[in-house]
Amino acid sequence: MKIEAKNLGFRYDGYPWLFRNVDLTIQPGEIVGLKAPSGYGKTSLCKILAGYEKPVEGEVLLNGEPINSKGFHPVQLIFQHPEKAVNPRWKMDKVLNEGWRPDQSLLDLLGIEKEWMTRWPNELSGGELQRFCVARALGPDTKFLIADEMTTMLDAITQAQIWHAVLEIVRERNMGMIVVSHEEKLVQRLCHRVINLDEITSRM
Amino acid sequence: MRQAIQTDRLALNRRHWMIFFTIFAAVFLALVVIGGTFLNPERIATNFQEKNLAPSLHHLFGTDWLGRDMFSRTVMGLSLSIKVGLIGAIGSTFIAVSLGMIAATMGKAADRIVSWLIDLFLSVPHLVALILIAFTLGGGFKGVVFGLMLTHWPSLARVIRAEVMQVRSSEYVKISKRMGKSSVWIAAHHIFPHLLPQMIIGFLLLFPHVILHEAAVTFIGLGLSPHEPAIGVILSESMKYLSSGMWWLAFFPGLSLLLIVRIFDWVGENIRILADPTKAHE
Repeated sequence: MKIEAKNLGFRYDGYPWLFRNVDLTIQPGEIVGLKAPSGYGKTSLCKILAGYEKPVEGEVLLNGEPINSKGFHPVQLIFQHPEKAVNPRWKMDKVLNEGWRPDQSLLDLLGIEKEWMTRWPNELSGGELQRFCVARALGPDTKFLIADEMTTMLDAITQAQIWHAVLEIVRERNMGMIVVSHEEKLVQRLCHRVINLDEITSRM
Repeated sequence: MRQAIQTDRLALNRRHWMIFFTIFAAVFLALVVIGGTFLNPERIATNFQEKNLAPSLHHLFGTDWLGRDMFSRTVMGLSLSIKVGLIGAIGSTFIAVSLGMIAATMGKAADRIVSWLIDLFLSVPHLVALILIAFTLGGGFKGVVFGLMLTHWPSLARVIRAEVMQVRSSEYVKISKRMGKSSVWIAAHHIFPHLLPQMIIGFLLLFPHVILHEAAVTFIGLGLSPHEPAIGVILSESMKYLSSGMWWLAFFPGLSLLLIVRIFDWVGENIRILADPTKAHE
């Protein structure tokens, strides 16, 4: 499935435009890097694509059709801070199984250990939590993945492990993916092409 | 080696002790309520042969100017106070949770109205509002209970409102929505676990407030009627006899009330700690 953003524009009430006239198309199986200086609206764009925010102008189409806002959203976003993305009053197995039941092979791939399941989120590290968030986002109905600074907070080894797992699944299921990162080398290594938000938008 | 494991198993950690003492305290409170309810009313019958006795083994808390056993009166009074406190605190918590939820979930207009109500009630001293409401409803048990319910909810409502707003705007709730979960599901699974401790703690903190206000209102004669064995009644009556040296009339009932309130406070604090995942290892 390909995702299209048409003429997207976004601003917060009473503030100047964050970006306008953004057009982008991403094909299935394509991994695209998204680059822009801080404050240029990378995260806002990701949130619009994943249905967390409504664009002020324009629309997002999946396979030429608007996305149904009810039910499992086919575009899943993984956040930068995993500790904010899990309910602190849920045990980890409930967190993991909220949207779907990941099978054992996926858990092995991501290095999620069985004994973590009965723990509280505050008893796991950021890297361990982020693995849960990734597994949770990779449901069978996920057609498109957006990683917004997904591994920025993690150490190099955990980063490598998570990216390996994610890449394997994305390739296997022929999913599209957007990677937002400040790390030039990582983006070059992972992505087929890089979009510079700075260049495709008009800010006024 | 084996011995080490065994002592490990026998040794209770702080959590176990806390659970143990909390249950113990709760049972004690329950006993006071049950004891007060089923105590033979003849024990506080007038008996002029035994009037004005100082505390002794036979009359633990002494007797008053009508020869009534002060221990029995105190237990009955505490029992009544706890019942009034429970009804008042449960009612207040219920109002607080309902209004807090309404303010946080039903849009700006509802929020303004509820916030205005909270400010209104907080701007009037508890006791004044309580006296007005109790008086309007004709005083007595009904007047006091409704008065207590209608005056003690605002601060808890504010906490609940803030908590619901915070959880609703959190990332995990937004993620949950993108996973296709309904608002009802989110309310039950995401928001409720955050509210439950607030509700329990709110209730347990309200309780001492409610009980003391009940005693205060009764003390100044606007609450429960004088023939009921309420702590407030006992305290206000015994004031007249204090100057004649009958210190036990006010001392023991007052101390018992303080003790009950402190135990309740302490139980509340323990439950809060026990329910908090970040303190699961203490």
